[in-house]
Amino acid sequence: MADSNTIIAPENLVYKKTDLLLDNVMHYCPGCSHGTVHKLIAEVIDEMGLQESTIGIAPVGCSVLAYNYIDIDWQEAAHGRAPALATAVKRLMPDKVVFSYQGDGDLAAIGTAETIHACNRGENIVMVFINNGIYGMTGGQMAPTTLPGMPASTCPTGRDVVRDGNPLKITELLAQLPGTCFVTRHSVHTPGNVRKTKKALRKAFENQLANKGTSLVEVVSTCSSGWKMTPVQANKWMEENMLPYYPLGDIKDE
Amino acid sequence: MRELKLMKGNEAIAEAAIRCGVDGYFGYPITPQSEIMETLMAEAPWNTTGMVVLQAESEIASINMVYGGAGCGKRVMTSSSSPGISLMQEGLTYLAGSELPCVVVNVVRGGPGLGTIQPAQSDYFQTVKGGGHGDYKLITLAPASVQEMADFVEVAFDLAFKYRNPAMILSDGVIGQMMEKVELGEQKPRWTMEYIEKNHPWATTGKKKGKERRVITSVQLESSAQEEFNHKLQAKYRQIEKDEVLYEKIMCDDAEYLFVAYGSSARICQKAIELARNKGIKAGMLRPITLYPFPIQQLQELAKQVKGMLSVEMSAGQMVEDVRLAVNGKIPVEHYGRFGGSVHSPSEVVEALEQKLIGG
Repeated sequence: MADSNTIIAPENLVYKKTDLLLDNVMHYCPGCSHGTVHKLIAEVIDEMGLQESTIGIAPVGCSVLAYNYIDIDWQEAAHGRAPALATAVKRLMPDKVVFSYQGDGDLAAIGTAETIHACNRGENIVMVFINNGIYGMTGGQMAPTTLPGMPASTCPTGRDVVRDGNPLKITELLAQLPGTCFVTRHSVHTPGNVRKTKKALRKAFENQLANKGTSLVEVVSTCSSGWKMTPVQANKWMEENMLPYYPLGDIKDE
Repeated sequence: MRELKLMKGNEAIAEAAIRCGVDGYFGYPITPQSEIMETLMAEAPWNTTGMVVLQAESEIASINMVYGGAGCGKRVMTSSSSPGISLMQEGLTYLAGSELPCVVVNVVRGGPGLGTIQPAQSDYFQTVKGGGHGDYKLITLAPASVQEMADFVEVAFDLAFKYRNPAMILSDGVIGQMMEKVELGEQKPRWTMEYIEKNHPWATTGKKKGKERRVITSVQLESSAQEEFNHKLQAKYRQIEKDEVLYEKIMCDDAEYLFVAYGSSARICQKAIELARNKGIKAGMLRPITLYPFPIQQLQELAKQVKGMLSVEMSAGQMVEDVRLAVNGKIPVEHYGRFGGSVHSPSEVVEALEQKLIGG
């Protein structure tokens, strides 16, 4: 067996953490998808050489502190308003690269108007949408994307679609707008899916460099704490319950 | 080239914005100030100075676009009227909490609620006492002429950037809609990216290698950090109160009674002074030009000289509270004003002075 010095020799390096991902200890819970998506975004920005030109817009929600983890300039928006900030940043500095990072409550409830109108104007930005069907930071309340029958602290016996309405498929809705050029849904619960998500993110950033309009990458995600499951259970539950309602794949690619 | 024109207050704001090199305007239509965006769209400054003008989907989106632009160190602004400004309060407190400079114009109309499209001055409390949540202040300028509508755009941007704090131009439907002669300044260039990066190193213009990343945020999870930050904000506000008070004194030298009025009420009071003096009443006026910071010291000085003060405002009595606080019971302070979209006449103001302060 090789000794550890041989293993860590530079010539044996096959993979390394991108320098853009900072060493700050992440506040995310075990099993949370945010950390993986952060890493993918950092890798894509790094690999495309966009560190000096990218401005990220962080939301309100668990990822409010996203700026602690990726080493680029950031603005932190009020709840739901990230697409409005991104609109102005991109229009005032068209040679910069701008992305928003938003959860389901942020993008599909309180910020619905900002989301739809930024996409409808075809703002030349990337929107990353983390859909875990629950409000994580405030402690597990119902989200616009909570599944029918799925329990949350504000619907403890499960989402009642008569009382609460149906889960909002906002991604399908946004794909209808002429302003969006690339609308796609992914997950990061298996290595294969992680690779597909990274590819989609890269394409979204490339679209922006090509001035193609709004690219939206949804990542169907887990929230072990909010769902009250172990990370393994959460991945399985997501596959069996979330993915049939939110099927993976490209919805629009122009 | 400086230019003399006859124009509405709202149009003057738009012209001045282009001429002083503003980078972006984001707004949503509302009466009585829609001419601001209409003038900008007609002028199409994106073809000349490169200024961005965008009609947003709401006032909420407008103020958050302003936040995004301000975070990049750009000179950005929005405008609205009372109900729209209510919608912007969240954004304003975030701007103050993130220490971002911007200019917001409020062409006030009567409220509460949807109210009326006629002029009022009933947003004083909302503007100078907060409006949004938390301990913050808006630098507030109150123009009393179309000329000042034009001039205060640049003054407001200068103050906003000096203190990294949002600035409000608190106008009203009279000043916004009336036409006057106005001298417009020369076209100035917009700031270059090099200028912004040199002078506003906090701005998110893209992180350079070897430099610290910039983060524009108002979140402080630790209460001790929030308290420390709030102390810093308060120190900034004390500095503003010390250095930035603007006011105008009219006929104060021999005055026995003082009108305190801003904006269109100050114009009405100028005529009221004339009418009062014709009747042998020695009236004068202190016109606060900055409503925050408020001319407290000047009012304290005048309280030693005059017999009483009448705060004249198109509201049910808002600024009068600050006049009373400044005077601190030394002399009587009363309020007079029509409100809900009605405008007082100079003779009504004189009558109120006689009834409320002089007696008989």
